[in-house]
Amino acid sequence: MSRVQNTLIESVRKVVGWVPERWLPGGTPDPLIGRHGAVGTQLAQLDGPQKVRGAARFAAEVPLEGLCYAALVNSPVTRGRITRLDTAAAEAAPGVLLVLTYRNMPRLGLVPLMGVTNLGAVGNSALPILQDDQIRYNGQVMALVLAETQQQADHAARLIDLSVDTAPALSDFQAAKPEARTPASILVERNEQSAGDAEAALRQAAFSTDATYTTPGHNHAAIELHGVTAHWTGNRLVLHDATQAVAPTAAALAKLFGLRREDVRVLSPFVGGGFGAKGFWDHQVLAVAAARMVDRPVRLMLSREAVFRMVGGRSPTEQRVAIGADAEGRFTALIHTGYSVMPPYSASPEQYTLGTRSLYRAQSYRFGQKHLDLDIVPNTFMRAPGESVGSFAVESAVDELAHAMDIDPVELRLRNEPETHPLTGTPFSQRALATAWRQGADRFGWDARSTMPRARRDGEWLLGMGCAAGNFPYVRMPSGALRIRLTRDGQATLSTSAQDMGMGTATVQTQHAADRLGLPLDAITFEMGDSDLPAAPVAGGSSQTVSIAAAIAAAASKLTVELLRLAGNASPLAGLRAGEVRLAEGGLVCIEDPTRRETYGDILTRAGRDEISVTETGAPPLEIFKYAMLSHSANFCEVRVSDVTGELRVTRLLGVFDVGTILNPRMAVSQLRGGMIMGLGMALSEEVLFDERSGRIMNPGLADYHIPAHLDVPEIDVTWTGIPDPRSPLGARGIGEIGITGVAAAIANAVFNATGKRLRDLPLTLDRLIGAEGA
Amino acid sequence: MAITINGTEVPLPEDPRMSLAEFLRDGLHLTGTKIGCNQGGCGACTVLIDGQRVLSCLTLAVQAEGREVTTIEGLSSGDDLHPLQEAFIAHDGFQCGYCTPGQICAATAMLRELAEGMPSSVTGDLSRPAPLTAEEIRERMSGNLCRCGAHNGIIAAILQVAQEGAA
Repeated sequence: MSRVQNTLIESVRKVVGWVPERWLPGGTPDPLIGRHGAVGTQLAQLDGPQKVRGAARFAAEVPLEGLCYAALVNSPVTRGRITRLDTAAAEAAPGVLLVLTYRNMPRLGLVPLMGVTNLGAVGNSALPILQDDQIRYNGQVMALVLAETQQQADHAARLIDLSVDTAPALSDFQAAKPEARTPASILVERNEQSAGDAEAALRQAAFSTDATYTTPGHNHAAIELHGVTAHWTGNRLVLHDATQAVAPTAAALAKLFGLRREDVRVLSPFVGGGFGAKGFWDHQVLAVAAARMVDRPVRLMLSREAVFRMVGGRSPTEQRVAIGADAEGRFTALIHTGYSVMPPYSASPEQYTLGTRSLYRAQSYRFGQKHLDLDIVPNTFMRAPGESVGSFAVESAVDELAHAMDIDPVELRLRNEPETHPLTGTPFSQRALATAWRQGADRFGWDARSTMPRARRDGEWLLGMGCAAGNFPYVRMPSGALRIRLTRDGQATLSTSAQDMGMGTATVQTQHAADRLGLPLDAITFEMGDSDLPAAPVAGGSSQTVSIAAAIAAAASKLTVELLRLAGNASPLAGLRAGEVRLAEGGLVCIEDPTRRETYGDILTRAGRDEISVTETGAPPLEIFKYAMLSHSANFCEVRVSDVTGELRVTRLLGVFDVGTILNPRMAVSQLRGGMIMGLGMALSEEVLFDERSGRIMNPGLADYHIPAHLDVPEIDVTWTGIPDPRSPLGARGIGEIGITGVAAAIANAVFNATGKRLRDLPLTLDRLIGAEGA
Repeated sequence: MAITINGTEVPLPEDPRMSLAEFLRDGLHLTGTKIGCNQGGCGACTVLIDGQRVLSCLTLAVQAEGREVTTIEGLSSGDDLHPLQEAFIAHDGFQCGYCTPGQICAATAMLRELAEGMPSSVTGDLSRPAPLTAEEIRERMSGNLCRCGAHNGIIAAILQVAQEGAA
């Protein structure tokens, strides 16, 4: 990201800052905020019956006539050049239809990397896909074998004889530090930012903490493997994919294979978990190319090992957080810097310092991130990229300072709540973190915590409590399109290419549409997951719900204008303008005089129409430049640590969320809990073990990369402030990622309270608990 | 040379290398059985063989010869759902739905194991039947991973069905 971008973004912020509120999206709060309707009810997931029956059909499950199966060969070395690639035995094996290598792969261009300056792009890797004899990372695809059955393909893949002239590789985190790059920007933010002389203020502070925290690589580990079923009919391509980016994937494939966009259809009605991983990687391109070459439908489902090797995860980080405070605990200096891995062919900067920039008020600041260029599978966005691991560092540091000052850690945080964005002075659209802290402390029984570590014991078990804040920005994507089709029988169908990987998108937007259009829930059909529908952007950054909500609001406004035009002079609504009516009770109602009204069916009938259809995109998300818009959380945790074995058990976990309007409490609890459980995994066990000598991941499987299992997960308490954001559609902010933030720090802080051992390196495994120095 | 799958006799696949999971999914289009790792690490492929839970990705189809296999598709018929399926919906025991069939199949067999008094590693007193507690269910369901984080809902759903069955 460039300096030009910094200037551009800062100019937009400045201009938008001067523009009167009422001219902007969110300037006038959404009239649906606070209205009691379908939004806010506990509707169960609409596709629940399909899912519990096993009838929801995922991408690698579509049955097609003549389907053949693919298997891949991945590089066992990190850097080098292929010197021998003998495919004869594989080609001669029973059932084999094709062996695809760099020699016979169609010559294709590069996939544009996704990024804030290219929102339509979808690539996670800027490396060529099977185009030459060069090996650039460990696990890169060397060959694809296509056969009549999966068993034949798997067998033949093992017959490929590969020899490599290996080259030196960059795979050592510490060794790469001297060559670290300092990017000009991190996503839409200027990277290096400071106010005052933070280092001097730190040295002069009455109290201070200054420490290094590390987090390892993480893997998304969605239970559904990445899989596609690719199918050509002449020059038309259909791809059944598991993707968080339906329309952008279709656009990328059209460009890569030289097709018209309308000749590519990507279908992704169900996705078996994504968390950032279900994007555009090499496997889609390989399957599409292979299907074209044999002129048959192709199924390619990655092995679990291949998911680790070919789909990047979260980068490891090494972070320095230093805080200085005066005698009253007011921060005089806040420093957050560090290193993460981001090769130039990756799209994801792991923005671990961004959350810290708005979390606390301080008299001086210094922030900045450096990127290490290692030869790895391109790292990518994983649930709350940045804030997940950044909050571990900063919220551990706040706890360290609180202990050093003998101040309650909740109280220390309350003393440093900012009134406006600490760096820019921009007003917050809504921020009630202090409310969340007070609500949570009361609910959790925080006053039972001992201020002295190692003071509570139950036999061999040491007991402790900890807390930590989390935050995550509000994002609304520009240019999400949506169609509303209204029929004479009073039914509405809403269509957008967006997708659902378990968040309940269709369910929540059905609730929203019922309120927006003034129709009962059973009159609404929400269709999605198909690139032939109006194009929606990638589901990422917790942006999809508000992006679709804005598109529905915009389409409903357009629909109002069209309906008034159709209503004509014979209607009781004659002469009214769009601003003078609202959509309610199955039709249009005059706001001033509610006796003037007409149903959708009557309007269409009189006009001799069976239906009306409008397509519209949401207004540009200028509100994010006018206000500081973020969600916050206050996490509380209780742990037991065995004084004998170091075994760590999380017994209680509470998250209090300040996330705007809750659209569906049942699913919101699930979504927020899900994030917290990923935070629990981050704290307790999750670690990509990377061999720094060879550049190879050593635990590429679910038996060795440990995500939380049932016995690890206590009953998790979730609640919220419930205060709407006046600047967002429905008053909502996305909740897909905020749940993971702060959780690992709350657990580590509770471990300190239980044991007196300060662990600054994740995960908090037994060896570290036994070996760590006591306080 | 046949397997009974959801009450219907099916000839064995020709290729003896085919796992039961692959046979169900690719051979019979019974795609309710999921593959999440193909190495026995996640439990998504759990089915019942003669009423016992089995990882179908680690079972060759030919090993099930002459036995009764029940998959998620065989747990209910028509619009009627199995009590566990109903409870999973009621307790929001899933998000993406991918691990769900394996969770439900495992829970079906697990409840029988518990009812028969089989102990687990968290059972305190081995001289008596294991108690019906959330902790026992968590331990016994730990072979079925969920990444969306529906754990609380899954355990609540199973506990409710277990308690209704015990009542």
